[in-house]
Amino acid sequence: MTDLGARRETVLLVVDGNEVHAGETELLIDACERTGTYIPRFCHHPRMKPVGMCRMCLVEVDVGRGRSLQPSCMVTVADNMQVYTDSELTRKAQDGVLEFLLANHPLDCPVCDKGGECPLQDQTMAYGPGESRFVESKRHFEKPIPISDTVYLDRERCILCDRCTRFADQVAGDPLIHFMDRGYYTEVNTYPDEPFSSYFSGNTVQICPVGALTAKPYRFKARPWDLAETVSTAWVDAVGSRITVQSSRNKVLRLLGIDADPVNRGWLSDKERFAFEALNSDQRITGPLRRSAQTGDLEPVGWGDAMAYVASLLADINPERVAVIGGARLTNESQYAWAKLAKGVIGTDHVDAQLDDGLPAELVLGLPRATINEACQPGGTILLLGPDPKEDLGALYLRLRHAILNDDVTLIELTPHGGGLSGIAAHSLHPVPGELAALAAALVAAIGDPGPTPAFNATRVPASAIAAAAAAVHGPVTVVLGRASIADSAQGVIEAALALNELADVKFLSALRRGNVHGALDAGLAPGLLPGRTTLEMGADRFGEHWNAIPSATGLDTAQILAASAAGLVDVLILLGSDPLNDFRDRAEAQAGLAGASTVIAVDILPNDSTRGFADVVLAAAGPTEVDGTFTNLEGRVSVSCRRVDPPGTARPDWMIAAMIAESLGADLGVDSVAALRDELYAVSTVHRSLNEQTLTGELINGVLISGPGDIGLPEVTEATIPVKDAYSLRLVATRRMYDGGTLVAHSPASAGLVCTMQLRLNPTDFAKLGVQPATMVRLVSLKGALTTPVFPDGGVPAGSAVIPAFVPGSPANQLINASTHVTDVRVERL
Amino acid sequence: MKPTNEYVEHAAGYVDNEGPKIVTGRFVHEDSHRMRRYQVTGGYQGLRAALARRPSEVHQEVNNAALLGRGGAGFPAGRKWGFLPPGRFPYYLVVNGDESEPGTYKDRLLMERDPHQLIEGCAICCYAAGVQQCFLYVRGEMALAQERIAGALNEAYAAGYLGHNICGSEFSCDVVLTIGAGAYIVGEETALIESLEGNRGMPRLKPPYFPAAIGLYGQPTIVNNVETLSNLPWLMRNGADHYKTHGSAQSPGTRMFAVSGHVNRPGVYEVEHGVVTFRELIYGDNFCRGIPAGRELKTFIPGGGSAPWFFPEHLNLPLEAGPVTAAGSMLGSGAIVVMDDTVDVVKAAHRLVRFFAHESCGKCTPCREGTSWEEQILARILEGEGRPSDIDLLLDIADNISPGPYPVASDVDRGLDAVPFPPRQTTICPLGPSSVAPIVSSIRRFRHEYDAKITRRDKIPVVAEPIGVTR
Repeated sequence: MTDLGARRETVLLVVDGNEVHAGETELLIDACERTGTYIPRFCHHPRMKPVGMCRMCLVEVDVGRGRSLQPSCMVTVADNMQVYTDSELTRKAQDGVLEFLLANHPLDCPVCDKGGECPLQDQTMAYGPGESRFVESKRHFEKPIPISDTVYLDRERCILCDRCTRFADQVAGDPLIHFMDRGYYTEVNTYPDEPFSSYFSGNTVQICPVGALTAKPYRFKARPWDLAETVSTAWVDAVGSRITVQSSRNKVLRLLGIDADPVNRGWLSDKERFAFEALNSDQRITGPLRRSAQTGDLEPVGWGDAMAYVASLLADINPERVAVIGGARLTNESQYAWAKLAKGVIGTDHVDAQLDDGLPAELVLGLPRATINEACQPGGTILLLGPDPKEDLGALYLRLRHAILNDDVTLIELTPHGGGLSGIAAHSLHPVPGELAALAAALVAAIGDPGPTPAFNATRVPASAIAAAAAAVHGPVTVVLGRASIADSAQGVIEAALALNELADVKFLSALRRGNVHGALDAGLAPGLLPGRTTLEMGADRFGEHWNAIPSATGLDTAQILAASAAGLVDVLILLGSDPLNDFRDRAEAQAGLAGASTVIAVDILPNDSTRGFADVVLAAAGPTEVDGTFTNLEGRVSVSCRRVDPPGTARPDWMIAAMIAESLGADLGVDSVAALRDELYAVSTVHRSLNEQTLTGELINGVLISGPGDIGLPEVTEATIPVKDAYSLRLVATRRMYDGGTLVAHSPASAGLVCTMQLRLNPTDFAKLGVQPATMVRLVSLKGALTTPVFPDGGVPAGSAVIPAFVPGSPANQLINASTHVTDVRVERL
Repeated sequence: MKPTNEYVEHAAGYVDNEGPKIVTGRFVHEDSHRMRRYQVTGGYQGLRAALARRPSEVHQEVNNAALLGRGGAGFPAGRKWGFLPPGRFPYYLVVNGDESEPGTYKDRLLMERDPHQLIEGCAICCYAAGVQQCFLYVRGEMALAQERIAGALNEAYAAGYLGHNICGSEFSCDVVLTIGAGAYIVGEETALIESLEGNRGMPRLKPPYFPAAIGLYGQPTIVNNVETLSNLPWLMRNGADHYKTHGSAQSPGTRMFAVSGHVNRPGVYEVEHGVVTFRELIYGDNFCRGIPAGRELKTFIPGGGSAPWFFPEHLNLPLEAGPVTAAGSMLGSGAIVVMDDTVDVVKAAHRLVRFFAHESCGKCTPCREGTSWEEQILARILEGEGRPSDIDLLLDIADNISPGPYPVASDVDRGLDAVPFPPRQTTICPLGPSSVAPIVSSIRRFRHEYDAKITRRDKIPVVAEPIGVTR
């Protein structure tokens, strides 16, 4: 594939009589397209290695040895190369290939989902003989066959271009679809009992040049010419993948990845791609709900009644007794409106967009930040100190994987257990929970002093392994930093990050997972912060002009809010698109906090356990495809997120709800549109200064990077004492899966069947001590609770750790975890 | 031992005819595949002679002998070895024993009857080219050859002719036997390398995947035919000058030809390269002894199923690559298929095209779709369902697989000139264009037979299960 990065155009060739400048390693097909000569193709894809299989891109090439037909996707440009893309021989060859492709193609375009946007159809119009000479009977296969829970395969339509199989093998690393049989009978298929269960299978549907691969959510839903589309940003995780949202008749039907070079390069995880289904769910909250005093159920009310009730709750309240949890779902503009409402109007600083599963805002914003492209630059080193990107940040996983495999990037894992990238990691160091900080310190020491390996270090990871990993560090270092496990506190990650910050030439790429959480931090939805990466103290002067008031003291974070609420110190708890019962890492604490609040106001798009059980009033919010706004991804890249359809029922944008609440309190947010919110945010914030309507539309695809720590300094952290683990216990590790019990997944039919099940994985030595067969049911007990689970040995788990998925519906790991301790010790009991 | 000029019973199909013997000399011995026999008949003397000299000298000796590759392309072996980029170790030697061209069965005999000769050839080649690892890829269906080579490898290792410090020298070399899974396309060198790597046997694109530059596991690789390497022991024992006393100036030495079809004595013959003509081979007393029952020669294929056909007026051409190529065909793998006047050429063409359609790997479009389409049209003509437009359609499909004039023999009666070999291709490898050879050859010469079939609509049973049935 052509390197799309830095390119020096030093080669001069002649295409159809015109001189063309091209880069040294550029492929002929790309050089021609870039300079305005389109060569038809099916198998060539700019983000994958060429194979030259379809033969559609044959052109006559002369490099001094006479003219010959060459596949332009396999030929690198050369000086004085003469290319004839429209010669008689070229056209005959291309027409011939097209006729061959159509010979056994079913031509069922009228009932094919691809019809209207089909490269084969388009090229048949542009090239090809127009009439078929093929009178034999066509090749038949059973059609369509499901190759995974979301993807169907129609082998009759397949033209065997190798795109999906190459993607699965080269890009996703899930080689589960293959060519089978040969010659006339060649087909793409999966092996029996090995479905195409890839987190990235939807990409194959997008790059299929015919209608052979179709995804369940879009099958027979629309014709391409009926679709209207808008460039937007994916919202389910913090990568901020660029997408087009396509809708028909006021309903979103499909998301497609866009090739934004700094972000997702055209690829999406299936969760990003199919999450729109949740927005079309019939469970959507379409209007305000209020808990009936008689039945105890949430019942629909009008917006007027709802707002009056909310106003009655908040009027003249002591701001110290109001708290807001959540906000990562919102657009930047809505986040700003809510920050202004909470901090400027109500006057509380108990606002936290993270649910104690992230990192302190000071750490994320204060460390030197890397972009994805910087992390992936050839010859560098990536230290993965966070969640498994394959599970949490799918599109980022594909970028990292590509860089490690193709650009000589070295990966060193400092993760609690093996994950999606372990197979290609140069070194995998898996500390037991509580030892991460010591491991990072030992690694930094070993990098600084490559002398003899110390015989002892403070972790159970062998010193020799640390020394070997340290020796492999080269070039610029990027730390991918996030919370891998919810079973231990952020303390270890914070200490480790501060230790790694001592390395020379080091940058950090945040791996916080939750949607627009980085936008929330920038908008000040964190205790002690104001919009624009500034603190209550530093920003006080600047905000006076636009804000009536600013809280005087730093407020509580989510854990502290819930504790205070449980102690009866919170009158109004606002859940801004959050579900503490499932998202907070201590279920008992969340339950006590929700029960302890006098009133719970929820602002959300879908019902969840917390709102069902505890909300007194629910305000219906518009979903990501239903509002205009911007999104900030984990690099700090701001990109537009557009309204494509109307919100269901009377659901309203979050910023509008904030404005309505302010109004009902007799205040005025001073903004009446997204544009006004944007203008005010960009005016009060120093880091958003580079943004305006022009820069956002000018960089519609790539977005605009906002950088700099603003006024934020690194947090000061004292070393915590980690309790010693007793010999009978294991340290709990609870890590996220792509398909877990989350609200969006649960309401997406395409993903609902893929939700992970509970399983406990132990190091084989720990497993052997249990004396049971794999998959035996055992009881996992902590001081807080217990759950039953099948147990399996796993060599990727370090001795002393017990790994479970963080959020399996029905048996959430947070029932075992105590939020007030740094680590969670568990015991495994045979039943 | 005096030649018997008869079939050799234990070497099925081999005729021990008169003439110089370079590679088949031991075939007359029943135990020719054993180390005991090999050693008393000059075995491993060539290797010892080679080891006594510097590798570059051995390489030069092979260059001097102008030893031509026997796999089909006829490229000089010594020059091929010279293409390895210096210093990019390791190099690999891959022995192409995946002989499966229709009509060819010479390599099988070499592997079954004289495996030590091949192994010694491998060792000499490795020594000359600086290779330490050799892979012997034997076609899946050749069970006896696999067994014999495996046995011979064991004997050679035990006797110190392979492994560490061969014959007490500094030179070490390993030979590994690999067994194919039965695909014709793996005879193509890049597909063979893919198969060796454990992938589907599909050809790679050249450029960039020339084996000498990017071969097995991405390393510089020599791919040589079994017969080519089997020449080396004799060559090293007797020297290039002696080697060149046999055969013609351009094509020294001998070559094995496998003759099949309508001849009185079909079989494998070791023939002096470039000296004997097709007429001598087909009609000569020393060789095939003419066509049965005095019938007339209609056509013959000079170089295996992928070669364009020759006709009676081409009988006087010598068995030598140059003249045969200029005349519009190729000597290929040394398989000569003789067809007399009883042959239905449409059916013959169909049978050959069916082979290629069946063996197409499916990687590139023109071959995957084109060969089976051709096969379906030919089958339809044979079944009496032909259309007048089918003949031009066949030729145009052929042109879309192999654009431009396709290599074909001259036709004196119609005043048509020959188109020299090789064909051009829209495909990745030559398999697709090979399928065109029988179609173009037969239509140009025997178009009236096609016309007659299409007009008379006779039903001729084809095969039980044509390609193109629904699965």
